[in-house]
Amino acid sequence: MAAIDQHVEETHAAKESWLATVGYFIRRYPLGAAGAVIVAMFVLMAIFAPWITQFDPTLTNSRVSLARPGGDHPLGADFMGRDMWSRIVYGARISLAVGIGSTGLGCLFGVTIGLTSGYFGGWYDLIVQRVMDVMQSLPLLVMALVMTAALGPSLSNTIIAISIPLVPTVARVIRSNTLMLREMPYVEAARAVGMNEFSIALRHVLPNTLAPLIVLATAQLGSTILVEAALSFLGLGVPEPHPSWGRMLSESAAEYVRVAPWLVIFPGAAISLAVFGTNLLGDALRDILDPRQRD
Amino acid sequence: MAAYLIRRFLLMLLTLFGISVLIFVLLRVVPGNIADLLFSAAGMINPAEKAQIEKELGLDLPILVQYFHWIGGLLQGDLGYSYVSEKPTLQEILPRLPISAKLAGMALAFAILFGIPLGVISAVRQNTPLDYVLRVVSLSGLSLPSFWLGLLILMACVHYFGWIPIYTTPPATLWDELLLYSIPAAAVGFRSSALMMRLTRSSMLEVLRQDYIRTARAKGASYAKVNFVHALRNAVLPIVTIVGIEAAFLVGGLIVTETVFNIPGVARFLVEAIRWRDYPIVQNLVMFIAVTVVTINFLIDMAYLALDPRIAYEK
Repeated sequence: MAAIDQHVEETHAAKESWLATVGYFIRRYPLGAAGAVIVAMFVLMAIFAPWITQFDPTLTNSRVSLARPGGDHPLGADFMGRDMWSRIVYGARISLAVGIGSTGLGCLFGVTIGLTSGYFGGWYDLIVQRVMDVMQSLPLLVMALVMTAALGPSLSNTIIAISIPLVPTVARVIRSNTLMLREMPYVEAARAVGMNEFSIALRHVLPNTLAPLIVLATAQLGSTILVEAALSFLGLGVPEPHPSWGRMLSESAAEYVRVAPWLVIFPGAAISLAVFGTNLLGDALRDILDPRQRD
Repeated sequence: MAAYLIRRFLLMLLTLFGISVLIFVLLRVVPGNIADLLFSAAGMINPAEKAQIEKELGLDLPILVQYFHWIGGLLQGDLGYSYVSEKPTLQEILPRLPISAKLAGMALAFAILFGIPLGVISAVRQNTPLDYVLRVVSLSGLSLPSFWLGLLILMACVHYFGWIPIYTTPPATLWDELLLYSIPAAAVGFRSSALMMRLTRSSMLEVLRQDYIRTARAKGASYAKVNFVHALRNAVLPIVTIVGIEAAFLVGGLIVTETVFNIPGVARFLVEAIRWRDYPIVQNLVMFIAVTVVTINFLIDMAYLALDPRIAYEK
């Protein structure tokens, strides 16, 4: 009887604890919670884009060229009469696709390289480290610029170009973590019971590098969005007709500063808010998952 | 010590060699070269003429030969000719260099001037409303694209002063120059100052918890002296590293900001050269950026050695 009571109590507690965790997160990390809300908002915007916009983002209409914000076009229209609100909403898809795509790709390569070079060491590690040195001595944007120049402008090439400079950063962190984990007693235990090295690296070391990886990936997400915006602003990133926030600024840049400030304000605000949200969330995640770095 | 220096120096050379290979290969896997670009602009292709142009530019040589031509020239100070303007590359790059260097220097000065003191204040007042405000400001500094910040500043100038502070003619006096560059420098430096502020804050918090700080306070040292002299002196080390990393980031900021403010520096020139596939310019500029970054990191390692007697490199 007592056992049943306890069981009932536990399931009840499990339901409440989920809400309690969220509540605790909000109270303990108000800025992180705000970041999570902002990020969620952009994700929802990207997913439900067709439902929350009235116009096709690529539809041109010369009659509303440079229309002021208001009426049918809440955020105005650009030179070609394309609705700004639609372009900003659909732009979230591009930014998130490039951000998540390139961060994911960079992490995939970075983790593979970092894990293997940290775990197996030796000559392989030495060579890999020198290659990472080389990749890291070029600034992120310069490296991405050269990559896009080499690959040519397209959405997938932009993702690849931005992911490459991330690889050494991720590889460094994962490698140093692996070096530490390699010496842990449980790794030795796994070896003692006859597990092969490859499975140990995969089953025992990799899962333990997950926390720093999540922290790093969220921190990088913001900077990949910024690099995409910069590349597109320079006309070397995501090409037309994709509505990229950075590209909208390059079209509207210096001359529209005078005549149509809304074309400058809204896309930039979208970039800043999205990056701000991921940065807030990243900071909170770092505090939770990697207490050694907490400030 | 000497052994460490030599080892570190050789590593630097090795890295630079790696970068040169990387740049060279990357720029040649591109489908199409300057000859293709010229002909696609003209709308027709004359194979004989195209071969002639490729021969003149040395594009018909084996890739390995092209690489050695480049490196050989580089070591003798001969950087080849720009494909577009047909002037020597060095003549194209050198006049643009001081402009970007001034801009970068001013941006870095701005970052240090604002970032470090605000970071100290934020740490000393940890978890007060002031600290929260400063943290949000610094985080927003990391979130604003610097080209957008530049555009906003332009907009504010147009709106309030009816004047657009972009580069039109070379500044005549030192004062004009300072005035002209200070706005873009602030736009570039804002990000760096935000980063420095964050780092100063966390580094200071660590130091402030230590025993000798409590001792200093107990002995009655003044508030300012404890925070800015005793604590900051030890907290500044990790910040030195960031100055190095930021030097690399500044280049990225310069590229977009020079474009916004129409400043004829090397960073904007790089973008133009990439658009034109002007190999000699792109190759040499990127190499130059890499050399600068690698050298700065080397110097910072050395500075570390001098600044922190606790570090001993005896391997």
